[in-house]
Amino acid sequence: MARDEVKTGYKYVGTRPNRPDGLDKVTGRARYGADFSLPGMLWAAVVRSPHAHARIVKIDASKALALEGVKAVVTRADLPTGLEGEDLNLQDNTLAGEKALYDGHAVAAVAATSQLLAQDAARLIEVTYEVLPHVTDVDAAMAPGAPVIRPGVADYSVPEGMHGNVARYMEFGHGDVEAGFAAADVVREHTYKTEATHQGYIEPHAAVGQLGEDGRGEMWVCTQGHWYIRRMSAAVLGIEAANLRVTPSEIGGGFGGKTTIFMEPLTLALSKKAGGRPVKLVMSRSEVLRATGPTASASMDVKIGMKKDGTITAGQVFFRMQGGAFPGMSPIGEALPCAFACYDIPALKHEAVEVIANRPKAAAYRAPGSPMAAFAVESMVDELCRELGLDPIEVRLKNGAKNGSKSSYGPVYNVIGLQETLEAAKAHPNYAIPLGKNQGRGVASGFWFNHGGETSVSLAVGEDGTATVMIGTPDIGGSRASIGLMVAETLGIPYEDVRVNVVETGALGVNEPTHGSRATFASGKAAVEAANQAINEMCKRAAAEWEIDAEAVEWKDGAAHPAGPNAGKFPPMTIGEIGSKMGSTGGPISGHHEVTAGGYGASFGTHVVDVEVDPETGRTTVLRYLVVQDAGTAIHPAYVEGQYQGGAAQGIGWALNEEYVYGADGRLQNPIFLDYRIPVASDLPMIDTVIVEVPNPGHPYGVRGVGETGITPPLPAIASAIAGATGARIRSLPCSPPKVLAAIKALKG
Amino acid sequence: MRKIHVTTTVNGDPVEFLADPRETLLDALRNHLDLTGTKEGCGTGDCGACSVTVDGTLVCSCLMLAAEANGKRVETIEGMAKEELHPLQRKFIEHAALQCGFCTPGILVAAKALLERNPDPTDTEVRYWLAGNLCRCTGYDKIIRAVQDAAAEMRQEHRGAA
Amino acid sequence: MAKVHLWASLRRFADGQEVVEVEAATVGQMLDALEKAHPGLGPAIKAGLSVAVDGEVIANNRAAPVKPDSEVFLLQRLKGG
Repeated sequence: MARDEVKTGYKYVGTRPNRPDGLDKVTGRARYGADFSLPGMLWAAVVRSPHAHARIVKIDASKALALEGVKAVVTRADLPTGLEGEDLNLQDNTLAGEKALYDGHAVAAVAATSQLLAQDAARLIEVTYEVLPHVTDVDAAMAPGAPVIRPGVADYSVPEGMHGNVARYMEFGHGDVEAGFAAADVVREHTYKTEATHQGYIEPHAAVGQLGEDGRGEMWVCTQGHWYIRRMSAAVLGIEAANLRVTPSEIGGGFGGKTTIFMEPLTLALSKKAGGRPVKLVMSRSEVLRATGPTASASMDVKIGMKKDGTITAGQVFFRMQGGAFPGMSPIGEALPCAFACYDIPALKHEAVEVIANRPKAAAYRAPGSPMAAFAVESMVDELCRELGLDPIEVRLKNGAKNGSKSSYGPVYNVIGLQETLEAAKAHPNYAIPLGKNQGRGVASGFWFNHGGETSVSLAVGEDGTATVMIGTPDIGGSRASIGLMVAETLGIPYEDVRVNVVETGALGVNEPTHGSRATFASGKAAVEAANQAINEMCKRAAAEWEIDAEAVEWKDGAAHPAGPNAGKFPPMTIGEIGSKMGSTGGPISGHHEVTAGGYGASFGTHVVDVEVDPETGRTTVLRYLVVQDAGTAIHPAYVEGQYQGGAAQGIGWALNEEYVYGADGRLQNPIFLDYRIPVASDLPMIDTVIVEVPNPGHPYGVRGVGETGITPPLPAIASAIAGATGARIRSLPCSPPKVLAAIKALKG
Repeated sequence: MRKIHVTTTVNGDPVEFLADPRETLLDALRNHLDLTGTKEGCGTGDCGACSVTVDGTLVCSCLMLAAEANGKRVETIEGMAKEELHPLQRKFIEHAALQCGFCTPGILVAAKALLERNPDPTDTEVRYWLAGNLCRCTGYDKIIRAVQDAAAEMRQEHRGAA
Repeated sequence: MAKVHLWASLRRFADGQEVVEVEAATVGQMLDALEKAHPGLGPAIKAGLSVAVDGEVIANNRAAPVKPDSEVFLLQRLKGG
């Protein structure tokens, strides 16, 4: 859509009405994954490997099956053979084949008449393992002598001579980095590390599945994408996807971790074996942490050259990431393009390897790869700024990407808002607050591509003049409200007259999940087009009534009007009038739109954080936190602010506390919320937000996805603030108190 | 194992159910009484999504056995609204203090318990009281604002009524 | 002829070239032409790519137009969370 068609000055877009699901959620009426039950329902429990790497020699379920109330047991032998590629990976992760590949890998599942009975039965299933050597650390997995976990895992991209645990390789760049480094006044290189973290949604995965012997089934499941769940479950089980109807429940958080399957097919497999009785499976918290999809851990080498005046002359990175024991799961493909995406640098070289390790199959986590890359590059830029005595915002303004800049990964940026976020951060009162003893300030910028994807939306005009919109993107952060606002604006009717429903797979064409910050953008864009289609039809009905040409009718403020004085003098026909008569004027009126949406625009953000570090304990207190990010157009500003604040909180947790701790035995040591500690209310200050609006020309209301960028800047910003407070630079996350204390001591000693 | 007959009061209503001795109060509320508003987030008392009050005291229902509820008075999220929403519920909607909403029932029950003890808390007091209720979506900012706004309204009403 | 930029690790499948010229009116035709000229690129194309045409990132749309003088970048398939 051309830039000059992007309007401003809206009636509904940009306001803050109550969200439609708010009442259900504050009263406990809203139904999430585990809140659904069916008559005759059984409960499932899963048997999981206690070994990081082991051959599965034998599974004996006889004692479990002998227990009264136990109705079915499934193992890999119950699943079809012959799958390839990612379908095979999904099947391997659903139930282990020859080998258990990580601590927590599912080996068998059982269905019984109560949850406690299922758990009792699971304990009676005897699995014989032959324990194998394991490796869990990304660098250790590439060291000589490390056990090769999946022989032959390397794909076409891996050059000769790399370690057998390297699954993928990437390299790209432009310009002459050696000349660039030679032209710099200062060149520094360091290694930065991040540990695996979990999306940490409070709602564990839960599903109720039912599958009959005719191969037809249904599922109720908390998910970010029910078409994906349908397709993947069908592939793993060898049934036809069209025979499976998947209904999404309300979802208690996803952040990328619920865009794929983990145990969902087990409900269907158990159901079929139990004569078609529905089966409910709810994961425990420790199962979620051990055996769903945390993000990758990363070890990253960065080299940057900078002139005394702050010009960055060249940059070079080599990222090593592990995405678990399955190829293709680490975000190297995103991390590399994100690394220098905020900058316009003449010479860059990017290289990355994906390494296999005995860890769970990684899933997407909010801007996958971008936070790790930002931690490495933004920390290094900050180190150079401090060394040269330069202001971090000025250096970013100087080197930052602008409209028309060639991005670090090739394409040219169209209209972007990075400069605006930097200017807004610089002008914000927080940036001028004087710092006290043991206090420091960190600045970082971040980026996410955003996404369009397959979208189908339908809209129906009601006999009462309301509009009901059917969308396929589950509502994680308030998108029903935002889409309702865009449809209200387009139709010119009150927000309260628009209903937005997330419907099941049988009710719409295919939809990609709510991921990639695409829901408000893509479902919104399609909803607007669907509304326009309904408007066209309503104008035709008015034209027929007035006996004039349809071209002579225009739509304004929720009604059809004659377009101009020559069209004739007719009082406007409201959507309510047209709706009430539609049965006799041609039939029900709908609009629909299906598209693989393009035209999405990137969202850039700049964060400023002030911390105070206790020199005796190493504890970091976040004093002030500012998020400045480009939303394109903030359809519902409160929900945009919510994404900014939520992303920042997750990033703060990643920077300060959160990490997966693996023991020498290869087992996850901290699979509960006590020891995998996410930020609590007393850890955080109020999070200040500034919404910058540089409308995206590719969307009728200028929308840019905002959900993901916010988690990226906190990792480097916090480490930089701690460096400012203590003089000690931490290059390995999290900056937990023992690490900070050790770094402070190392400085003195 | 023989089940235990439990008689208790939930949200003012007398109820009875048969509980496995190992079942938690959370399990009983959700599976025997169909009160699914109270959630399980962790099962180990770390996330607060299962918060209810028992005889007026805020507890994690995942840490209490169903049998222990015998003869006690249990209040859950489903009992919070009477004829109208509680001010906390209204303010949460107005302030957009929820995104996915999964932690919301637990946080509302906990916040109500706070304001019954301390009608005029500082932000810090609110944050520390709610430190046992994990939220992964909001960063807590709008939650604190909603609680304070509800507290202010409740103090006003109390003054008006006095 | 549209200019297609290959990322470094793909160049060995195209005789070391960084830029390959193809005759194509759509993204689909461009990918097919690339694979026909350099069969070694097949696995990468099959694994799934995003494509940037004249600055705009297009994930998964074979029908997207390519002009005779377009500048095209191949990118790894991007996922979100």
